[in-house]
Amino acid sequence: MSTIDYSEKIPNNVNLSQDRTLQRALEHWQPNYLAWWQDMGPEGSRDFDVYLRTAVSVDPSGWAQFGYVKMPDYRWGIFLNPGDAERKIHFGDHLGEPAWQDVPGEHRANLRRIIVTQGDTEPASVEQQRHLGLTAPSQYDLRNLFQVNVEEGRHLWAMVYLLHRFFGRDGREEAEALLERRSGDRDNPRILGAFNEKTPDWLAFFMFTYFTDRDGKFQLCALAESGFDPLARTTKFMLTEEAHHMFVGESGVSRVIQRTCDAMRELGTDDPAKLRAAGVIDLPTIQRYLNFHFSVTIDLFGADQSSNAAIFYSSGLKGRYEEGKRADDHRLKGDHYRVLEVHDGRLAEKEVPMLNALNEVLRDDYIKDSVGGVNRWNKVIEKAGLPFRLAVPHKAFHRRIGALAGARIAPDGRVVSEAEWNAKVGEWLPTEADRAFVASLMGRVVEPGKFANWIAPPVVGINKQPVDFEYVRFG
Amino acid sequence: MSADPNSPESPPRVDFRTDPSRYRHWKLNVEGPVARLALDVAEDGGLRPGYKLKLNSYDLGVDIELADALNRIRFEHPQVRAVVVTSARERVFCSGANIFMLGLSSHAWKVNFCKFTNETRNGMEDTSRHSGIGFVAAVNGSCAGGGYELALACDDIVLVDDRSSSVSLPEVPLLGVLPGTGGLTRVTDKRKVRHDHADIFCTTTEGVRGRRALEWRLVDAIAKPADFDRVVRERADVLAARCDRPADAKGVALPRIERTIGADRIAYAHVGVDIDRAKRTATITVRAPRGPQPADLPAIEAAGAAWWPLAMARELDDAILEMRANEPAIGTWLLKTEGDAAAVLAADEAMRRHAGHWFVREVVGFLRRTLARLDVSSRTLFALVEPGSCFAGTLAELALAADRTYMLALPDEPERAPALALSAANFGTYPMANGKARLAQRFYDEAEPLAAARAVIGQPLSGTDALALGLVTAAPDDIDWADEIRIAVEERASLSPDALTGMEANLRFGGAETMDTRIFGRLTAWQNWIFQRPNAVGDKGALKVYGTGEKAGFDFNRV
Repeated sequence: MSTIDYSEKIPNNVNLSQDRTLQRALEHWQPNYLAWWQDMGPEGSRDFDVYLRTAVSVDPSGWAQFGYVKMPDYRWGIFLNPGDAERKIHFGDHLGEPAWQDVPGEHRANLRRIIVTQGDTEPASVEQQRHLGLTAPSQYDLRNLFQVNVEEGRHLWAMVYLLHRFFGRDGREEAEALLERRSGDRDNPRILGAFNEKTPDWLAFFMFTYFTDRDGKFQLCALAESGFDPLARTTKFMLTEEAHHMFVGESGVSRVIQRTCDAMRELGTDDPAKLRAAGVIDLPTIQRYLNFHFSVTIDLFGADQSSNAAIFYSSGLKGRYEEGKRADDHRLKGDHYRVLEVHDGRLAEKEVPMLNALNEVLRDDYIKDSVGGVNRWNKVIEKAGLPFRLAVPHKAFHRRIGALAGARIAPDGRVVSEAEWNAKVGEWLPTEADRAFVASLMGRVVEPGKFANWIAPPVVGINKQPVDFEYVRFG
Repeated sequence: MSADPNSPESPPRVDFRTDPSRYRHWKLNVEGPVARLALDVAEDGGLRPGYKLKLNSYDLGVDIELADALNRIRFEHPQVRAVVVTSARERVFCSGANIFMLGLSSHAWKVNFCKFTNETRNGMEDTSRHSGIGFVAAVNGSCAGGGYELALACDDIVLVDDRSSSVSLPEVPLLGVLPGTGGLTRVTDKRKVRHDHADIFCTTTEGVRGRRALEWRLVDAIAKPADFDRVVRERADVLAARCDRPADAKGVALPRIERTIGADRIAYAHVGVDIDRAKRTATITVRAPRGPQPADLPAIEAAGAAWWPLAMARELDDAILEMRANEPAIGTWLLKTEGDAAAVLAADEAMRRHAGHWFVREVVGFLRRTLARLDVSSRTLFALVEPGSCFAGTLAELALAADRTYMLALPDEPERAPALALSAANFGTYPMANGKARLAQRFYDEAEPLAAARAVIGQPLSGTDALALGLVTAAPDDIDWADEIRIAVEERASLSPDALTGMEANLRFGGAETMDTRIFGRLTAWQNWIFQRPNAVGDKGALKVYGTGEKAGFDFNRV
């Protein structure tokens, strides 16, 4: 096995060239990672020169260096936000104690589980998106897809760093397993349900990066509060990159809406059939995609009452979103929170111990945050002078996890009969026909500055480059 | 919160009778020689209020259904030669006994619950051993604690290899108690997992999955999800092939056990229970068959569940369970019999003659397990052999199971004097949990007294004879009888119930251990000690705070 020039091949701020534990682990893992990328990374892309940003350090000048790179040669690095030697744990039973620089044996299993679950989502989304390059609506979008992909790869590296550095042999085995699971593989699936769903088209991709990567943001935010300092510092740095992914999603959906509104005004119609005939995606279809991705994503926060959530918080492993900014006792014993359940055929609130409801707390924070982008999408429609408005569905709609799992609830929060559900589900969630129609629009556009008919160009390019910049050189 | 299931204002008594039309938690499907028992626990179907049965976790109600389903398979589906025990849920096989239920339960409830679940699992192994029905645990998702203990009771464990499903015994690290339903014992004694591997396994909350589970002998096979059903089916077929149950026999339906429950009385057709609350004593009377009894196979099959050995065994079994669960304060059971000893011996003879027949074999099995239940009941058992009694053959086992047996001697009135009689059934048909016949256990396998007992098979024995042969404890005459018995019973009822439970369990199972006795003895005793300790059940005990996010506070002094 070839030795690695650590400082050159793997940009890092974890003193990799002096760390034998990490070197030994990476010597084995890195070739397997590259093999995984060849097998499961973006299809047919290995010789492309892609205009990507690479993080080479954590300071403002270093974390976003742009240049052409072949993706297999991308320098996936290991970065932690700068540490604070005085940092204290700021929630849970250990509040006020120094943050842990090593894994406490007592919390080994739970920490490993948290890291593995987070880590598993990173390669999963690359796998889910690996065919999208073949139908990119523009060079600009293709480049954004690849940027998201390589950064998900880097986020995998970040989690693998923690496993290698702090969890011994078990950690190495788990790191290998992260490369062995496959999204959607019946025999060998990724851990979380949403990461085994298909991302079959670009509208799904944009919805995924808006909604599902935002789940990532909230999970990372909660982990950035962790009493296990290396996890907190790693996830903080990941958050700087995650922001771009959500930008890709929000602006992507926004551009789809813009193009549809333009067509609606040109044609003077809101008839989906006529709009579809004109090759754009009608707003009700966009709403159905939104409903699907929103509901699948909020399931990722887990059951509304969870003893794991309580244990993770009390033991200082995982905080709340913006834990440090909250003004309460940061222990939450004796506090309560309201969760929903179906009671006598209606949705009713129930008060439960706050500690057990922390998944729901994070889910509610997420929902508030995700509504913002939907409002900005509505501004596009409003500006076009059209009355249609998009909305996130009720949080009880189409749930598969927690007390609401399987309940028949309309997007407006009404409990409905099985018959009504079956009659209306085609208005609420994408149908086969919707997906087939969107798929029919997907065709590859590769000429710089050109865009597929169903999506508007962006206002500005990447890194202040023009929109018709050659973001990908096909070699 | 008054959630103590044994508090005076506690909810209605536990009823152990059920049938598939009433199941809420299990689905039983029979396809040819293979039955499929799929766990699908109704979250809101807990036996007591205050907890939800999430993630296929179970309480006593779930296990009552399992015990019933096993009997349905044994009797109603004679073509079944293998049973696949699995889950109807995705990604979760069974997560064990419900922790919140345990947290709410009194110590006595927990112990009784564990005893019943132990008996059910031992019953699976008993059926595998004696009837050849093979059990395959098709572990199609995460399998934790009692879930893995259920799998351990099977002959064969197949674990789905989906990179996430694991088998685990997380009781020690998560709950501060033991895997007490045979878990620790079966990992070592049955599966021969090396003790250091077992040490890691039992302290690892996330458990062991895939290849390592196989290498450590925690499972017998692993299979990818796409192959899983096929592998399970093939292994079930292999187990089925070693069983000789008939493909074309007609099953014997098990109708609901009829009984009437009064304030101090439970009345069945062949069994009666009379409670004397002041004396904390119950008299359990088992009656001999009356009227003509079937002697040949067609008649036995035609009688079905009404055939006396089965009907009586089902009633006695129900009575034992009733009394254990619902009458914890009744600490002494006086065992009596009533009726024609010759009729009992004739039934024994019919069972002996047709022992190879599947139905008769199952009836004997039912009797064996019922008598074994008596052995491990935490009640004082005194047998009283009085005029009109029929302690013969199978029913003589009641006297042999008792802690003491008193037999009335009436040397002056031989025509009224009670008799005790042995049959071949007393020499190995009904082994105890330690694998020995009660008679052999009684004499510690010594040849001389056993030979003397064997020599009198079939003969009615007077109190004096029985005493001389060592079959009874005492044989007072009619002048002494009333006082002798009254004083013995009153004295017994005055002693510490805890000390009696421990003493009786020790004395009943003298000599060599088996896996079953280790489960009922070593494992259960340690568990019951831990269940009482503040580290488990104090305000900061691990079992009490589980799920609240609160950390257990331990007293770290080793005891």
